[in-house]
Amino acid sequence: MVKIAKKPGAKSTKAKQAKRHKAARRTANPAKRPGGNSDRLTKVTRRAPVKSPRRAKTDRRTKAAKFTKTAKAAKTTKAAVHRTARTTRRARAKKPTFMGWLRKNGRVGIRNHVIILPLDDLSNAASEAVANNIKGTMAIPHSYGRLQFGEDLELHFRTLIGTGANPNVAAVVVIGIEPKWTGRVVDGIAKTGKPVIGFAIEKHGDIQTVASASRKAKEYLQWASELERQKCGVGDLWVSVKCGESDTTSGLASNPTVGNFIDQMDGWGATTCFGETSEITGAEVNCVERGKTKKIGQKFLKTWQAYMDDVIERFKTDDLSDSQPTKGNIEGGLTTIEEKAFGNLEKIGKKTTYIDVLGPAEAPRKGPGLYFMDTSSAAAECVTLQAAAGFVVHLFPTGQGNIVGNPIEPVIKLTANPRTVRTMGEHVDLDVSGILRREMTLNKAGDALIDMTIRTCNGRLTATEALGHREFVLTKLYRSA
Amino acid sequence: MPAPHFIVHDKIDSVGVVVVEGVRKGQMLTGWVMQGNKTIRMKCIHAISIGHKIALKPMKKGDTVLKYGHDIGKVVAAIRKGDHVHVQNLKTKRW
Repeated sequence: MVKIAKKPGAKSTKAKQAKRHKAARRTANPAKRPGGNSDRLTKVTRRAPVKSPRRAKTDRRTKAAKFTKTAKAAKTTKAAVHRTARTTRRARAKKPTFMGWLRKNGRVGIRNHVIILPLDDLSNAASEAVANNIKGTMAIPHSYGRLQFGEDLELHFRTLIGTGANPNVAAVVVIGIEPKWTGRVVDGIAKTGKPVIGFAIEKHGDIQTVASASRKAKEYLQWASELERQKCGVGDLWVSVKCGESDTTSGLASNPTVGNFIDQMDGWGATTCFGETSEITGAEVNCVERGKTKKIGQKFLKTWQAYMDDVIERFKTDDLSDSQPTKGNIEGGLTTIEEKAFGNLEKIGKKTTYIDVLGPAEAPRKGPGLYFMDTSSAAAECVTLQAAAGFVVHLFPTGQGNIVGNPIEPVIKLTANPRTVRTMGEHVDLDVSGILRREMTLNKAGDALIDMTIRTCNGRLTATEALGHREFVLTKLYRSA
Repeated sequence: MPAPHFIVHDKIDSVGVVVVEGVRKGQMLTGWVMQGNKTIRMKCIHAISIGHKIALKPMKKGDTVLKYGHDIGKVVAAIRKGDHVHVQNLKTKRW
């Protein structure tokens, strides 16, 4: 078969490893890395990684300065702080740390997956066969990748490349029906400096492809199994949020708990992301106001309006009351999209402003802070896009009990609905129903969520991971040619 | 502080949310208004499921329902104080 290989640690990226990656190099020594084989075809010279360590360092300094400044400002407005004491978190004594995997591009992962990534629907079978052969690797099957074109095709590549590039992934085997598009995915992932190789099925068939890809997958897996975790700060953490099967308890308690988390994490320099374009309908004016600048707020409004005009107005057959809110939402007591939207926005906290608006699966480029991403409000589609943008841990508040997971980004479930805790507790990582009984303050719930997140980063498997929820759903913009 | 039967986000809201299971028709309920931390009491005139809304005041057709202090839709059938507020009497103004 055609092997499309990228040598990890190509010269141009090697120079940029710098001090920060000393430890990473110790465990990820190129000499020990797989891919030194002569049967590999290394073709294209890699461009520089997305972000050099030097740049990362500068960012960190700026961040630290910003944080000190904020703390000072808070001191001088003591009265204001006192007034909102019920909703504003007191400063925690210490920023938490966690043990993560530092990748060659400077990003930090909390999982160490070796994935078998099909380019297209036709390659699912071979990918799943490889994952079945090599225990500990994971295939990520999906339904698309043939005859797509234009923006829809770009999004397909962005999502697959982003999934492979995510720091929760140590190494990738890509399998496609033909070598050209397979190579494009390999090239994209190789920019991170991680081991990646592609196999094309045409002219070889499934059986030979599976045999060769399995050998490589085994090599990658054993290499990855020796990578060591190291101490990282929450400033290295990228967290995405999205709620699902919401009910009124979501807006009352579980979404505000996530909001409390975001407000705290924003102060600590984490990178965070919310999305769900359609579900902000009714609260869009409030969302515009949460843009860091007027310009960014307007960028959100433009994105939201485009979705309304191009999709909702074009395709709707009624007032969407059969779809948004969902039947589950309605069962849970939510009546209108406006009611759902105000509850949804509780997830971004009381004070955090978003610093940019991202396209679907687009990676943040403006450094630490909160980002809005243009996504569907359907759980698996949204989380798949956020994971492809590089987010490593997901917070998912639910009311009626959405059970969604993601193959590479652990999804932490929280709920405030005591009935959901009682009837489907195996899906719940954090129970915040105490807020509704007035047994738990929002700050206590926010702290509990931070603790649960840190434990998850340190390796605790989430309910979705334990139950094997690996929903990977590509967003399709229009039908293929 | 006893656990409330229903919770109201904002003091100007016209609805609250039942947060316990098994609320019966005619039951006297205790509500917690989060903004201002006030406790109110009222009778519900229907059995209301957990998560569902209760009317804090009478509303007529065409009125705007407020929750989170914001407009969440219009009344499409008259509502009495203590009524269950849901798809049968409240509709979106969008889409």
